[in-house]
Amino acid sequence: MATHTAAARPIRKKRLIGGDELAKAFTLFFAVLILVVTGTLVYQLWITSSPAKEKFGFGFLASTLWNPVTDEYGALPFIYGTVLTAFLALVISVPLGVGAAIYLSELALPKVSNALTFLVELLAAVPSVIFGLLAIFTLVPAMRDYVQPALQKVFGFSPLFGGPIFGVGYLTAGIILAVMTFPFIISVSREALMAVPREQREAALALGATKWESTWQIVVPFARLGILGSVFLGLARALGETMAVTMVIGNDPAIHASLLSPGYTIAAVIANEFAEASGKMYPSALVELGLVLFALTMLINGLAQLMIVLTTKKGAAKG
Amino acid sequence: MRPTMTPRNRWRNSVNNVMLTLTGVCAAVSVSSLFLILGYLLFNGGKSVDLNFFTKLPLSPGQVGGGMANAIVGSTTIVLLASLIGLPVGFLSGVYLAEFSPKSFGFLIRYTADLLNGVPSIVIGIFAWSLIVHNMHHFSAIAGGFALSLMLIPITARGTEQFLLEVPRTMREGALALGAPMWVTIATVIVPAARKGIMTSMILGVARISGETAPLLFTALGNEYWATSLNEPTASLPVMIFTHATAPYEDWHRQAWAAGLVLLGLVFVANILARTIVSRGASLPK
Repeated sequence: MATHTAAARPIRKKRLIGGDELAKAFTLFFAVLILVVTGTLVYQLWITSSPAKEKFGFGFLASTLWNPVTDEYGALPFIYGTVLTAFLALVISVPLGVGAAIYLSELALPKVSNALTFLVELLAAVPSVIFGLLAIFTLVPAMRDYVQPALQKVFGFSPLFGGPIFGVGYLTAGIILAVMTFPFIISVSREALMAVPREQREAALALGATKWESTWQIVVPFARLGILGSVFLGLARALGETMAVTMVIGNDPAIHASLLSPGYTIAAVIANEFAEASGKMYPSALVELGLVLFALTMLINGLAQLMIVLTTKKGAAKG
Repeated sequence: MRPTMTPRNRWRNSVNNVMLTLTGVCAAVSVSSLFLILGYLLFNGGKSVDLNFFTKLPLSPGQVGGGMANAIVGSTTIVLLASLIGLPVGFLSGVYLAEFSPKSFGFLIRYTADLLNGVPSIVIGIFAWSLIVHNMHHFSAIAGGFALSLMLIPITARGTEQFLLEVPRTMREGALALGAPMWVTIATVIVPAARKGIMTSMILGVARISGETAPLLFTALGNEYWATSLNEPTASLPVMIFTHATAPYEDWHRQAWAAGLVLLGLVFVANILARTIVSRGASLPK
């Protein structure tokens, strides 16, 4: 026994040192780089924004003042704009996306479904600045000349649709964000729906349910966490989206009740003002806005990932 | 004839038909938005792309003509820089995740990579600015490339990991049983078996970063002229589209459309290429 291990050990040890341990250490270095970079990112955001954090404290989040001339900064109009545009986007993209996902997973032939999903994924690959380009020259004039006057005519009594019409603003940004988020909602929801075991559908149909009843009452609830995950994924993208929104939001750092009026989002104000921000407090306040955005999207992304993991595990266990 | 066509069943039937049709409408609307985008871009961009676009520098506002040659070269430079950093780092950490990582530490890295992947691109821009531009005191292609590489690393790492894990266990065991050490097995059996999938995720990653604008706004900034070194502000197509589309000059809008068409063309070609690679024989025997 003793001689056996003694004889075996040197060979094994040599091989580990010469090859595998080295390969492991080498690749580990790069994997740790990911940790280091992400850690540095958080650290840098924290450090660079500290002048603003020290000066304004938590009041930064509640103040509506944004005045680079007097060096006073508040985040509320931007947080409001970011959350409102993302919310408007989801109001449009969730029914549309989930509906399309149901069609693709339950009704369409596999070939058709795959082809359409390919197209949807291509849509997800369109760079956001191109959405912005199209929105400036097509969506904004259409909103200004047709959609917004019509909305005002019908719903003008409500403050949500009051005020002057510019074409740019919360609603326009929400619509463009909807187009940018539903590809994610469709492809992730479709996966979740397709992971529902066949027996679930068959059992419902055998009990006399119509196709829709089986889909809506059995299949969709079964895949609900995955669908919710896809919605959160879309939400995270909508919150962090920069270019398309920057080009149509209207750049007005104030809070307006009307969905038709121009506003501002966190990402848009950073995109527009950061390169020209001078002094100490101005860039620092913008970085603090970035930190707020970072925290917001991280929270939403974490929830999304958790839900998607839970459904795929559940699907695998039962399927 | 169905035996129980009571009013209630007739109601259920019509709900069924209406709702199923609606889901079809949803799918049609979603897919047609892609064609609307393509159509508009082809129409407006097609009118605007000419040889000058690829060979000339931008002209000052008000003048008609000129092109975006510097932005095409600048974009290529920045994306190449990003790929030089991002692809190897991503690939090697993907290998670590798939082949070497212990369970809990692997989870930590995986989670961090997904976190990094979810960071809004504008925040990546701020980070690259604070780390590089702020310390070197000027905007540069290097800073832009660094920012984009941060987006490429997690995509490549997770893609590599996923496709390495899909290599059948039997191939691994076969090589190990022949006495090959782990690293030889990985280098000569596992990675080659997964190369198509890995290439696909790399191409998709590069395609995605080449359309990114936000991380470049205050790292590479932009430039109306040629950049003579990596250490200077550098023009890029996405940033050019942004500045030209939002400026009030008619001819700049024309240029923006042309740039949009060229950029989207490149991104789509890369995407279609990547997906055909995968569908052609990358699916391995399970």
